[in-house]
Amino acid sequence: MKFSVQFFLLILLLSTTKLVEAQEIKTYNFNELEPLFHYQNDTTYVINFWAMWCKPCVEELPYFEAIRKDYADKKIKVILVSLDFGKNLEERLNKFRKLRKVNAEIVVLDDPDADTWIRKVDEKWDGAIPATIIYKNDKKEVFTRQVSYKELAESIDKMNHQSN
Amino acid sequence: MKRIISLGLFILATIGLNAQSYQIGDKAADFKLKNVDGKYVSLSDYKDAKGFIVIFTCNHCPFSVAYEDRIIKLDRKYKTKGFPVIAINPNDPELFESDSFENMIKRSNKKGFTFPYLIDETQDVYRKYGATKTPHVFILSTKNGKHTVEYIGAIDNNYKGADQATKHYIKDAVDALLQNKKPMVTTTKAIGCSIKSK
Repeated sequence: MKFSVQFFLLILLLSTTKLVEAQEIKTYNFNELEPLFHYQNDTTYVINFWAMWCKPCVEELPYFEAIRKDYADKKIKVILVSLDFGKNLEERLNKFRKLRKVNAEIVVLDDPDADTWIRKVDEKWDGAIPATIIYKNDKKEVFTRQVSYKELAESIDKMNHQSN
Repeated sequence: MKRIISLGLFILATIGLNAQSYQIGDKAADFKLKNVDGKYVSLSDYKDAKGFIVIFTCNHCPFSVAYEDRIIKLDRKYKTKGFPVIAINPNDPELFESDSFENMIKRSNKKGFTFPYLIDETQDVYRKYGATKTPHVFILSTKNGKHTVEYIGAIDNNYKGADQATKHYIKDAVDALLQNKKPMVTTTKAIGCSIKSK
């Protein structure tokens, strides 16, 4: 009996640990994040630059969630790069994530020397958010504005189609 | 004939592309926009100006807010030297209530803006300049009533704080222009809030 209680507690502990882990939001500078933009594999990466206070960004977040679900059987990775700053950021992001039901991976990019890193993301981008990069190996599409679900889906389909 | 038409179209398309946004060396158009004090402001009102620090900025954007104190400092420093700051809010207030003219007046009073804070009601000026976000800086040099674009981009290289910035783009560009030199750095990029239009 005692054993099973301990076992139960252990399971409980493991599951809560996993829950916390899944919500951990890491902060990077651009050098640390840069590999994300250059992976060479069979996954399509959908990378969105956003912030909680950015209205058009928040408006388009549901499309990224929908993409994640609708393409769950395809090799797709959605990453939301938050450019938020200020106090208690991780806590605020987690609250926001729960409220808005955002399950995609969120990372924080904390690198104020933007003139250096914006160019490395894409020459066409001048730093206005929202902005979205979709790439698979060397194929890449960049939206330097708000996107629709249709645009995201078409862009992803095109990339997968081209490689077949 | 066909060739002439397509050449014509090509030229029109090229003009169209160039009209999208100012490049370094372009002549910038004057404007007449309403200031928070209710009066209209044009570049031509400044008879003695050697140039202008035109900054597209607004109330709602945290990057703009982070730079407010630095913009006031720049205006204080360079207005007397002939390079005043002209701030323009390019956002459609219907899409962002906090960027309404009323709220611009409030913000200007609260922060004690030392420079005009103009509303781009028709949103024609930001389009003509090719501003895409706030804050977005255009430094102009003025000679014989003509305004030349000398610098486009960011204020400095650290939105978090003036003391953390290691490159001061506006300061460097205006200091160069004051010595009749061209700025070393003419374009930079920065994160900003996209301009809201219908």
